[in-house]
Amino acid sequence: MDWSQSLRLIAPEETLSVAGLILLLVAAWAGDKAARAISIAAVAALVAAMALVAPALCNGAMGPETAAFGGQMRADAFASFAKLLIYGSAAVALVVAPSFFDRVRAMRAEYPVLVLFAAVGTGMMVSAGDFLTLYIGLEMNSLASYVLAAFLRSDDRSAEAGLKYFVLGALASGILLFGISLTYGFTGTTSFAGVHAALGGGLNTGMVFGIVFVLAGIAFKIAAVPFHMWTPDVYEGAPTPVTLFFATAPKVGAMGMLMRVAIVAFGSAAGAWQQIVIFAAVASIVIGALGAIGQRNIKRLLAYSSINNVGFILIGLAIATPQGSAAMLTYLAIYVAMTVGSFVVVLALRDHNGAPVEDLADMAGLSTTNRLLAWVMLVLMFSLAGVPPMFGFWGKFVVFQAAVDAGFMPLATIGIAASVIGAFYYLKVVKVMFFDEPAGKVGRESELVHSALLIGTSLFLSPLGYLLTKWLGGLTGHAAAALYHFA
Amino acid sequence: MSGFPILTLMLLVPLAGAVGCLVSGDKAARQIALVATLIDLALGAVLWAQFQIGGPQWQFVEHVPLFAGFSWALGIDGIALLLILLSVFLMPICIGASWEAVTKRVGEYYAAFLLMETLMIGVFAAQDLYLFYIMFEAGLIPMYLIIGIWGGQDRIYASYKFFLYTLLGSVLMLIAMLWMAHEAGTTDIPTLMAYDFAPAAQTWLFLAFFASFAVKMPMWPVHTWLPDAHVQAPTAGSVILAGVLLKMGGYGFIRFSLPMFPEASAQFSGLVFALSMIAVVVTSLIALVQHDMKKLIAYSSVAHMAIVTIGLFAFNVQGLEGSMIVMLSHGLVSGALFLCVGIIYDRLHTREIDRYGGLSINMPRYALFFLLFTMASIGLPGTSGFVGEFLSLGGIYQVSSWVALVCTTGIILGAAYMLYLYRRVAFGDQKHADAAAMTDLTPRELAMVVPLALAVLWMGVYPESFLAPMRADIAALDARVARAKPAGDAKVTPGKPVVHAEEHGAAHAEHGAAPEGAH
Repeated sequence: MDWSQSLRLIAPEETLSVAGLILLLVAAWAGDKAARAISIAAVAALVAAMALVAPALCNGAMGPETAAFGGQMRADAFASFAKLLIYGSAAVALVVAPSFFDRVRAMRAEYPVLVLFAAVGTGMMVSAGDFLTLYIGLEMNSLASYVLAAFLRSDDRSAEAGLKYFVLGALASGILLFGISLTYGFTGTTSFAGVHAALGGGLNTGMVFGIVFVLAGIAFKIAAVPFHMWTPDVYEGAPTPVTLFFATAPKVGAMGMLMRVAIVAFGSAAGAWQQIVIFAAVASIVIGALGAIGQRNIKRLLAYSSINNVGFILIGLAIATPQGSAAMLTYLAIYVAMTVGSFVVVLALRDHNGAPVEDLADMAGLSTTNRLLAWVMLVLMFSLAGVPPMFGFWGKFVVFQAAVDAGFMPLATIGIAASVIGAFYYLKVVKVMFFDEPAGKVGRESELVHSALLIGTSLFLSPLGYLLTKWLGGLTGHAAAALYHFA
Repeated sequence: MSGFPILTLMLLVPLAGAVGCLVSGDKAARQIALVATLIDLALGAVLWAQFQIGGPQWQFVEHVPLFAGFSWALGIDGIALLLILLSVFLMPICIGASWEAVTKRVGEYYAAFLLMETLMIGVFAAQDLYLFYIMFEAGLIPMYLIIGIWGGQDRIYASYKFFLYTLLGSVLMLIAMLWMAHEAGTTDIPTLMAYDFAPAAQTWLFLAFFASFAVKMPMWPVHTWLPDAHVQAPTAGSVILAGVLLKMGGYGFIRFSLPMFPEASAQFSGLVFALSMIAVVVTSLIALVQHDMKKLIAYSSVAHMAIVTIGLFAFNVQGLEGSMIVMLSHGLVSGALFLCVGIIYDRLHTREIDRYGGLSINMPRYALFFLLFTMASIGLPGTSGFVGEFLSLGGIYQVSSWVALVCTTGIILGAAYMLYLYRRVAFGDQKHADAAAMTDLTPRELAMVVPLALAVLWMGVYPESFLAPMRADIAALDARVARAKPAGDAKVTPGKPVVHAEEHGAAHAEHGAAPEGAH
């Protein structure tokens, strides 16, 4: 494999890194005045990177010709699918940020740069073909994220979120590194393909420990139970555009990384991790649903909702089939749309002075004061609950279909029965908006960006989304096939 | 049959109307809703006229492979045709019932109802397993909003209970559907109806579907969401709940449980009978002591639905036909009764039975129609209720005399609670001045009750109009389940051959005595 081809394969990462570095210099010299211009440039870079990754997905790229630098990075259809979601949600996080930060005069030039670097790191996580690449990508994303969580320097909650995220994230990285070192010690390699081959020859206790620690470290990053406790605090404390980013891009990245590690690196020892994933899946669904019931803050509620959704996605992993992986990707794509939509609603919820409204009680009677917002939120909530005919149902449907087809009937039954618990708190949000007397807290003025994003996501999540199922199914099928075709 | 997609059009008209209602003012929304439902009613009439009795089993078939894993497949047989007709017939009446009663958020209200209509027709017309599921489940959303926004005092509790109860029932059905589609390799309902699943698997599949349909039906003891939902829903909501939504459970049994899992259906028929017998007696007795008119009618619905389930699981033609007619009749009659309650509720704003009395004096027309629907609910010959209950009970009598005996007490108890209700509301002294001052039916209200009354009488006097379209389908279903038919205790024997005249004569000659006797 020559260098030029390797460099060509990682063109999206190069674009984003170079753009990030240049914009960093611009930020250093031009200062916060240039924040808007830098944001626009960063969005342009992300869109360019998306254009660069899209062909690999459309062509269904897989196999040896997608491996760069001797297999350290893989630019296959799977990575491409995940990167489209990651770069797309990073771009949204940039687009919605200025109006939020401007109000508290906190729009700084480094925000878009940090988001760019986080996006590069997240993209590397899903492309990694080696534990070291994976770790570098993970840390690149994490370091940028810690700063982003604490971005509102004068806000205690934001500082607390940053600190919590840092301490627990560092702990998770430590656990992950420990697992990687164990795996390396017992298999003699850090490359996924090498580990796959080594584990195929039989498991020993050390290898099992390695697998468990690696999975525990990643479970922190995807916020799966029992490693979920940081999520509500960080989601609540971080500035809302940053929360939007956290709930989408790094989540997709960590999930993609988990899929590649579990299926490629540890794929030959699936029996060793399937039980762990099944437990994490069911526990996430149940605890995510139960935890959300008592929440009064809409961002905390969405945090538990994301834990709940991670549980459903993990069902696709637990069955370890290509169909399951394709279902996970479909779910992820729909999940990203739902999450973007719900956080944009949170951003659009302002009181009459323009201050953000986060209390569920303040949303009372929203349907009479701000109809568009309330109806979009209704679509989002029923979508998140997985009630047909909203498109959110399709994500759950494909995951459960894969589980049933693979013969995991008890898992599917428990999972779907537990989804009814989750429906309760989504219904509560609808009840507050539609049945309660208006609280009159939320103002009427809306922004063009918000409205456009809301209308876009709710059209995608409305029954019209079903028209995309064939197209989405084809893309995720390609991507999942690439994941399994790694030799 | 022309290739015109009339079923899709019937789904799109209310959907377009719903969008129109959302974006228009109060007055326009009412008119849009009425026009949309009347167009659908007209389309329903066309459907009935074009339906070929004795033609192919599935008519008006549409099949567009639009989605991954399932298709936009529609088509109806006689059973679905009748239920669609019931839906489109009741919808304009619902719109009329809300004309003056609903004053807040009118556009959204009618949008929810029109959406409901789309989904109801979709449920009955769907020929794809997943399309059916989506339509079946989606109905929860508009109904949740209707109960929650425009309902009575405890509307929030009732709306939650309605939603979560039915959702929990249905999700298990989805898992069963996924398994069936995987096993049979198709999601086409007609194909699946002829597919033989292994009897061991049928048990589980049946239970999963039963969880959903029993809640929807509703069967005792999972009926408790129904009185709450009915009582709290606005009048039109109750009409549509009792009139059509409950029929989805029965339709599910006819379309899925019986033909797809005949062995399991036979295996569980004892359970169904037991639950139905308890339901008939228990809910009738509960209805007897209600003070709230809507609650009384709600409990009577549970009792009537139990007659439907025993007829369905009788595994014979009478039972199945009877169940269908009970469903249609109950759709009309309970809808009409809720409407009657709504008419006086609009005037006095209470459902308390004691607050009324002697209404036949100041509201004679109202009392007349209320009496007709009361009698139809009891099952008086000449009304629709009689035909269905008679056939159902006749069907079950062939299987088990005991079940027939217990369920027939439902008719006696039904007469008791309905006549008691009628006496307290319409007869007696005019105890309350405000109730005595209520005016008789307005032209709008007459326009709603008269078609219902005519339909009830039509079905009672000449049920053949309604039996003919579904006769072939019921016979096909009966043939399908025949192999699992449980042995009845009736030991039906062929009747004694009629003695012919010549033999008579011979006999007389033989005896040669008492020529003036006999004849």
